[in-house]
Amino acid sequence: MDDLYREIIIEHYKNPRYRGKLEPHDIAFADSNPLCGDHIEIQLRVDPEGRITDARFDGHGCAISQASADLLLESIIGKTLDEVKQLNRQHVLDLLGIELGPVRMKCALLSLKVLKAGVYGLGSADDSLVEE
Amino acid sequence: MPFDVLRVRQDFPVLGREVRPGVALVYLDSTATSQKPRQVLEAMDAFYRRSNANIHRGVHTLAEEATAQYEEARARIARFIHAPSPRQIVYTRNTTEAINLVAYAWGRAFLKPGDRILLTEMEHHSNLVPWYLLAQERGLTLDFVPLTDDGHLDLEAYRQRLSDAPRLVAFTHMSNVLGTINPAREMIAQAHQAGAIVLLDGAQSVPHFPVNVQELDVDFLAFSGHKMCGPTGIGVLYGKMHLLEAMPPFLGGGDMIKAVHLGSFVPNEVPYKFEAGTPAIAEAIGLGAAVDYLEQIGMEAIAAHERELTAYALERLEEVPGLHLLGPQAGEKGGVVAFTLDGIHPHDIAQVLDHYGIAVRAGHHCAQPLHERFGIPATARASFYLYTTREEIDKLVEGIYQVKKLFG
Repeated sequence: MDDLYREIIIEHYKNPRYRGKLEPHDIAFADSNPLCGDHIEIQLRVDPEGRITDARFDGHGCAISQASADLLLESIIGKTLDEVKQLNRQHVLDLLGIELGPVRMKCALLSLKVLKAGVYGLGSADDSLVEE
Repeated sequence: MPFDVLRVRQDFPVLGREVRPGVALVYLDSTATSQKPRQVLEAMDAFYRRSNANIHRGVHTLAEEATAQYEEARARIARFIHAPSPRQIVYTRNTTEAINLVAYAWGRAFLKPGDRILLTEMEHHSNLVPWYLLAQERGLTLDFVPLTDDGHLDLEAYRQRLSDAPRLVAFTHMSNVLGTINPAREMIAQAHQAGAIVLLDGAQSVPHFPVNVQELDVDFLAFSGHKMCGPTGIGVLYGKMHLLEAMPPFLGGGDMIKAVHLGSFVPNEVPYKFEAGTPAIAEAIGLGAAVDYLEQIGMEAIAAHERELTAYALERLEEVPGLHLLGPQAGEKGGVVAFTLDGIHPHDIAQVLDHYGIAVRAGHHCAQPLHERFGIPATARASFYLYTTREEIDKLVEGIYQVKKLFG
């Protein structure tokens, strides 16, 4: 069990640090994983230099999707929007510290997809945002 | 010969494997697809090793053998569902394609703007979306039979909707989530009285209990080979002869024509006019072998085994704190058990169970409207077949306690 549900994932799933709403916020985006119904909404506060000062997520879904959102937001506070644009799937996998098959990969990457779509100011989130 | 599950299991090579070293497979996902007995694998292998050729046109020995085997399989499938003639068995890729065939060929020819189609809240997406597409194109009105809280169709509402004179009623014989077995014979008779024709989705019924199309008096029946011990890529549309004959062809191409001239063609007869191009020959032969296999064990015996397992599973699962079952009680349903656990996403249930080698499905099982009806995004689902044992259900329950421990 350790391989997939590491303590860090269970911990961030049960006691997320960045779950909630951020009012006011500068950037917001939401998307769902149609296959399993995972849903993530992310809100960001950005300072005039383009640096993320605070972040929150809301939504529902499996432990992997929710824990990866919490870990991802924790990792981007203090980063610039340009730095966030450079994040790839490996960043999320490193945070989770596990290997995932193709089905669960979608759960893990949903939050990054939402984050990047919001940062780029896109109308919709696309899988190309989280390609290798 | 009495039903012996351990002897049955010997026929399924995959059931002997381990998912990881030391972790035996507990396959509880037969509603998604069944495992295949060696009799089916051997029939397909023998075809490719000995008789492989294209069908219907060649006159050489292999082509004759291939054609004979392909058509013999059709005759066995006809007998299996008590179809009056093998000509009423149209090979398709699967249930989905069979339903699309009716929507495309029958629906486009015979439905006009304002006509109504009656569906139910219980349907798999494959018995919804083809009708949505047709309704958009032809300006049809769709109505839905609602569900009761215990997972039955509301038959009073069904009778009321029939008074709106739908042209077609399409519903599932058995729900792939709730396991509910609908009273098809009674519902079909009522639909006929209201002047509708009926398409029955038999994807979950034909594999699991005896289905007699003449007793049901059903107009169209759709089912898949891969859920009944056969291979993927082969399914069946059964239709009443006068309906099939009146329908225009489905896809165009070789084999579905009698003659082709520059600028015109003459369609072939039923069922070939619906089977364009080289079909899934080995798969059809494999499905014929699957039907033989199921008949040899006996559909009544398989149904009885599954009833017993389902009753046992429901009894064991009801005792798990925080576990909520969907659908009717034992005795009113087939071997499908969908459930949720308080505070734990079905994906996580399925993932942790996989750690113990237990294969269940998690998600909306291609029945999103049904899940919306019950106000839940997803469920975990365990399903049983002729090779499932009580010990496997015990392992499922132990696994669920492990899930609760991990997330507790």
